[in-house]
Amino acid sequence: MNLTLHVWRQAARATDGKFVTYKAENISPEASFLEMLDVVNESLIAKGEDPIHFEHDCREGICGSCGMMINGTAHGPIGATATCQLHMRHFNDGDEVTIEPWRAKAFPIIKDLIVDRSGLDKIIQAGGYISVNTGSAIEANSLPIPKPVQEQAMDAAECIQCGACVAQCPNGAAQLFTSAKISHLGLLPQGQPERYSRVLNMVETMESMFGSCTMFRECEAVCPKGISTDFIARMNRDYIVAKFKR
Amino acid sequence: MELDSKIPPGPLADKWAYAKSHYKLVNPANKRKYDVIVVGAGLAGGAAAATMAELGYNVKCFVYHDSPRRAHSIAAQGGINAAKNYQNDGDSVFRLFYDTIKGGDYRSREANVHRLAELSLNIIDQAVAQGVPFAREYGGTLDNRSFGGVQVSRTFYARGQTGQQLLLGAFQALERQIALGRVQMYTRHEMLELVVVDGHAKGIVTRNLVTGAIEAHAADAVVLGTGGYSNVFYLSTNAKASNATAIWRAYKKGAAFANPCYTQIHPTCIPQSGDYQSKLTLMSESLRNDGRIWVPKKQGDKRPPNEIPENERDYYLERKYPSFGNLAPRDIASRAAKEACDDGRGVGASGRGVYLDFADAIKRLGRTTIEERYGNLFEMYHDITAEDPYLVPMRIYPAPHYTMGGLWVDYNLMSNIPGLYVTGEANFSDHGANRLGASALMQGLADGYFVVPVTIGDYLATQMGKKVAADRAEFKQAIADTSDRMNRLLAAKGTRSVDSFHKELGTIMWDYCGMARTAEGLKKAIPMIRDLRERYWKEVRVLGEGEEPNQSLEKAGRVADFFELAELMCLDALERNESAGGHFRVEYQTAEGEAKRNDDEYLYVAAWQYAGENAQPTLQKEPLVYEEVKLATRSYK
Repeated sequence: MNLTLHVWRQAARATDGKFVTYKAENISPEASFLEMLDVVNESLIAKGEDPIHFEHDCREGICGSCGMMINGTAHGPIGATATCQLHMRHFNDGDEVTIEPWRAKAFPIIKDLIVDRSGLDKIIQAGGYISVNTGSAIEANSLPIPKPVQEQAMDAAECIQCGACVAQCPNGAAQLFTSAKISHLGLLPQGQPERYSRVLNMVETMESMFGSCTMFRECEAVCPKGISTDFIARMNRDYIVAKFKR
Repeated sequence: MELDSKIPPGPLADKWAYAKSHYKLVNPANKRKYDVIVVGAGLAGGAAAATMAELGYNVKCFVYHDSPRRAHSIAAQGGINAAKNYQNDGDSVFRLFYDTIKGGDYRSREANVHRLAELSLNIIDQAVAQGVPFAREYGGTLDNRSFGGVQVSRTFYARGQTGQQLLLGAFQALERQIALGRVQMYTRHEMLELVVVDGHAKGIVTRNLVTGAIEAHAADAVVLGTGGYSNVFYLSTNAKASNATAIWRAYKKGAAFANPCYTQIHPTCIPQSGDYQSKLTLMSESLRNDGRIWVPKKQGDKRPPNEIPENERDYYLERKYPSFGNLAPRDIASRAAKEACDDGRGVGASGRGVYLDFADAIKRLGRTTIEERYGNLFEMYHDITAEDPYLVPMRIYPAPHYTMGGLWVDYNLMSNIPGLYVTGEANFSDHGANRLGASALMQGLADGYFVVPVTIGDYLATQMGKKVAADRAEFKQAIADTSDRMNRLLAAKGTRSVDSFHKELGTIMWDYCGMARTAEGLKKAIPMIRDLRERYWKEVRVLGEGEEPNQSLEKAGRVADFFELAELMCLDALERNESAGGHFRVEYQTAEGEAKRNDDEYLYVAAWQYAGENAQPTLQKEPLVYEEVKLATRSYK
């Protein structure tokens, strides 16, 4: 199949960017979206043009490196799918596809489709852990955890920190990401000692860098792991309780 | 120089305790006076960085990703082994040790493997304490499943994302230390050179992947947890950026490279679908718990799988290995798949595939149970192939997945360069000639959480007052060498892309140094690789500049090192005139087509040392001494 791409090109953070149109030719419907870009890049290199820069690594939908706005939607048209797992069979011959980097004030552009998502790591640094030094753990089976609790914690823990939730949000909010980590740890008995200090520190760090949530729920729609906005409600409840406890 | 494995004295089961009681210590108030560089933040690097910071060392951690949580450990699916014996099925530390030695085809060190089995218990405790949501029974206790090459259920798992969850545990521990100011984190920095001062590893040179700046960093010791080199094959299950540059640069500075030819070809990957293919996707070995592997009995049978009646199917693993069946070890299962396809009974358009069928399991357990166990893997398969594995069998084929070889280390995980430690897949230490499933996560975390943070003190205690600054001549030279290499790549201004060369190298390696190797083929491959490498430096086209984000330049440096490593792999494979685990030399097989070891002549670790550009590297042999385990022919029948 053949497609026309409109790709955002920007050499550096400080320079202006623009859309550039490219032809993607003879693309197999079995190829992934990133493999389609590989083919385009090979043709650019052959012509002596700088290849399109984009982040990617595992190409199995788990490392969270990849992500781009595809026709205005984070990770493209198929739900619960990271860009690397999006396949060209979901497009039609002759399609025009617009490709942009993540759109959020908190994610400044580094080059082309690569953005700086380090703000998300800072939220984790504010409390997204259980403070247990290596060696001081108790015997694993001495702490039974009901299966439904573990399953729910796992639903939250599946987040891959790709940033699609922030990119899709009209406010550029990071609530889905932050609430997933707060819920993963806050649901488990191991996470109880720091439950309320964690939610305060993480939420306040988040608010200092990202927009605020007004419940558009666009994040949930584009999340490659299908993480539920129920976790945002849970985070908000814990945050209010924590405020009264302080 | 002589390689000293420094295996502690005493009975096997007491060696680790003995070693811990005899290491020199750095007192708590002095630990903050030592700087340790950790390269890589996967399980082996991230766990080491976090733990050493907890102990009080100043840690500098370097990753080429935008966040330490992207390391390729994250993609591990199936699980992690530990000898907890929660299932009451007769498991023990000794049994895990024995299974690992046997699975590795008797080519690993007894003492290292026993320590690994002991530490497996602590890893599970540590991970649970961090909040890793392992699968549980309804009573709230931990659940287990089986993996290949063993007859007990000792694998702990978190859906099909065990690597992700374990890595997040280590990542969160690391982020906590970053917040506390005990780890200085350098994201988007790639190590391009090791700096050796007076024979000791004292620093590294990195390239800042955003600004392109080439910088030197000094420390009292260096830990490499930089993963394996399966991407030498171009198509592998590794992440696209996974590379050998860090360990290869260390090799060229004198670190011995052990058993480079021991590579693991994983039996259950989604087959290649076209030339544009950029990587291969693994389908977890855990699927072999419930999936049955088969091909048609008739050659060239192109009927859809559901139309092939039961009596015309060959469940070849169950037939050949009745006691282990579909859970035969990886090397054996991979070779059996290749044989079936070579015999003209492969399935799919290319004929390079076999079926992994869940119809019986779905009938027996119901779709819900299968969904619970493997839901995300089935989805991934469906996304990639557009086929629904609940309705039609998966098609799978072997693919390069893991490298048992790596930098040589002693019992303390220190290389032959004092002060250079190597953890996880980057070292050679625990898996012999073949790694069992769910053991990579175990080794990475054992090395990172429990071994290196302890053993490194034994070295650092001798380094008081020997700090070096990053403005010494050795650092300046390393910066100049690095810049020179980058500039040569940019200046080649040839006609071919880096990827086109990498693909060509991968094809040579797959054809001659892949699942089946011959002396004749290897002798052919070496000049082919040399020739291609020569052309690479002349004809490669790397656009852009060095002082900006430049993904082509990043790739170009990694592929340049793959060429050199590829040659060493072939040389090692040629030198080892036997078959062992993942190293299968066609000339050395039993009448039934199984690997035939030669313990009289090859019961050693082959450690290669760099001897200069275009000179044959020198081979040193570390003999393997088996005191506890009796050498035997592996049998999974």
